Amino acid sequence: MDRLLPRVLFVDLTRYRFWVEERPELFRDRLGGTGVGIELLWERCPAGTDPLAPENPIIFAVGPLSSLFPLASKTVAMFKSPHTRNLGESHCGGRTALALRLAGYGALVIEGRSDVPVYLAIHGDKVYFRDSRALWGLSSSATVGRILREVEPGSGYRTILRIGRAGESRVSYANVIAETYRHFGRLGLGAAFGSKGLKAVVISGKGSIPVAQVGRYQKLYRALHDKAVRSELMRKYHDLGTAQNVGPLNEIGALPVRNLQAGRYDEEPAFTGERLAQGYLGRRLACTGCPVACIHLAALREPHPIEPYFYKTTFVSYDHEPLYALGTMLGMEDAEGVLKLIDAVEHAGLDAITCGVVLAWATEAFHRGLLSERDTGGLAPGWGDAATYVEMARRIAARRGELYDLLAQGVDAAATRYGGAEFALAFGGNEMAGYHTGPGAYLTYLSGARHSHLDSAGYAVDQEALAQGRSLTPEELARALFQEEARRQVLASLVVCFFARGLYDPETVAQCLEALGSEWDAASLARLGEDILRRKHAFKVREGFSLGALRIPGRVAETPTPHGTVDPDWLRQALAAMSRLLHGEPS
Amino acid sequence: MARRLSVVDVERCVDCLLCALACARRFGEGGLARSAIAVRSAGGVERGFVVVVCRACSDPPCLAACPVGAVEKARVGVKVLADRCIGCRACVAACPIGAVAWDEERGKPVICVHCGLCATFCPHGVLALEEVGGG
Repeated sequence: MDRLLPRVLFVDLTRYRFWVEERPELFRDRLGGTGVGIELLWERCPAGTDPLAPENPIIFAVGPLSSLFPLASKTVAMFKSPHTRNLGESHCGGRTALALRLAGYGALVIEGRSDVPVYLAIHGDKVYFRDSRALWGLSSSATVGRILREVEPGSGYRTILRIGRAGESRVSYANVIAETYRHFGRLGLGAAFGSKGLKAVVISGKGSIPVAQVGRYQKLYRALHDKAVRSELMRKYHDLGTAQNVGPLNEIGALPVRNLQAGRYDEEPAFTGERLAQGYLGRRLACTGCPVACIHLAALREPHPIEPYFYKTTFVSYDHEPLYALGTMLGMEDAEGVLKLIDAVEHAGLDAITCGVVLAWATEAFHRGLLSERDTGGLAPGWGDAATYVEMARRIAARRGELYDLLAQGVDAAATRYGGAEFALAFGGNEMAGYHTGPGAYLTYLSGARHSHLDSAGYAVDQEALAQGRSLTPEELARALFQEEARRQVLASLVVCFFARGLYDPETVAQCLEALGSEWDAASLARLGEDILRRKHAFKVREGFSLGALRIPGRVAETPTPHGTVDPDWLRQALAAMSRLLHGEPS
Repeated sequence: MARRLSVVDVERCVDCLLCALACARRFGEGGLARSAIAVRSAGGVERGFVVVVCRACSDPPCLAACPVGAVEKARVGVKVLADRCIGCRACVAACPIGAVAWDEERGKPVICVHCGLCATFCPHGVLALEEVGGG
């Protein structure tokens, strides 16, 4: 019986074996999710491990609130990143958290390497290694999902995680796709799958989870549910999805355009949340356990290229980040072009953000003469040219030729060979997200444990400061982001969606845990958050990472933000303050 | 007036499973083991969803199929007498819409009792209790 998820399922792909270990203390002390994930990574990943070696563990972890409380919908993946070569951590919604927990596990650890392509089918206590040679090399990740839906049981209570061609060819930012439209997007989990000969993982479970204090649990659930459905978040993200950010960011000049040569379009983009909803919205979806349903699918109806009087309708999931990376960053003008490019990138199994930033770098490098048509294989990338970008994404996924092989490792690798580092927009080795709001956004990209905008959401601090008409000192900003990132470690250990952070204040979290029979208070949760963050940082340092050695691309200081031009020296001061906090200075 | 649960607007279903999780909470537990309502995609989530739940038949095939009289008529729908049930699954096979769920942990069927708890947790108006007109 699941009493706060102590069971860890280990799978060894080299010897085709699996076993379960009970780890009640681990889950008691670190909750689950990222807290448990980083401990398992420390235990299982030897120092200096090649991220594509069999020794690199792939860890999936859920937490005590998973499936039991509203918006506790995420699963944390932890691994050594093939992209940054240090901490690999990625979060995904969909149905994975429910399936893993109801199959009876708090975590799943996959190690080793199969010498024939396989996929894993985990149905409750049963684990099957299945031949996936017939799935390897399929041109679309969506087809893999379609096939597995038919041949595996558990419809309605399963998750289907799979990689595309990019994962097979170990593109360092290949993603893992869940339920067709959700992703373990960043830092190259797909390449880790590919390196293990692992095409997919299907998990199904429909067990029960006993609750310690039934009455309190029921009451808390109802209160959180009512609060969630009445919240501003619900209205905003149910109606338009995260795409609703595109318009307002453009308005304030904080939307990276054409490889950050500008912070806005002169006119409102054709693919704002409102305009996509009016012209294309075809369905809304939710992660399991979430009333918000922020996932928005566009129905793209196009004439068939050959068959007359015939139309094909493609569903494309759109969010703020792909609309930025594969839209504004590439100077796209029409919504249809962006949707087609998002679709192509999904099918290939590439992380949309990194892919967009990579294509933007290549376009500028081509315009500046750093790349020739000989390098690009006859292609002439130009802002807004969706068809060329679709073809380039395919070549990256196949790693065809020297340029595409380097583009398959991110902008840093490409700029090292061809030049153009000053406009290669990666921070800590990870390509930037869609916020050019001010110093907060950049400090997050630089100092966040995953170099993700979601680590400490500096873009939100920027926007708040803008609204209040004030600016922070480097030390104040570092402190604010450290505290926010520490707080998010608790949410990512429960595991609660970051959109629900307003719902789950520390007191509420303590009450939820108490109803489940686990004793925490606001102070102990705050300590845990800081501790997890420092454990993650220490792992990166062990793998050679240093905040002091981070590169700040010159472009950042050229294009003004709503807070004016960002000063790299100012950012370095903030990084020094952050370093002191990460190394133990009280926050 | 007796009321039964009805799927009134399946197009608005977002696959959140709040209904199925609410159903299990009737028993003070999480998960799906004792959930009487199921949601699955109609061949991929982009095509929409199928919400499977008891229709409260006036002449229930699950009742007719039970060899030991463990399924009884209720005011709306049926009632499972768990202590009498031998776990043969004849009721599961008999329901033409697949609305008899199976509790693997206890080896007993789970059939909707039309309490409407799931509908109160459906934020998108997919489910509602409707008055039963003349049976």
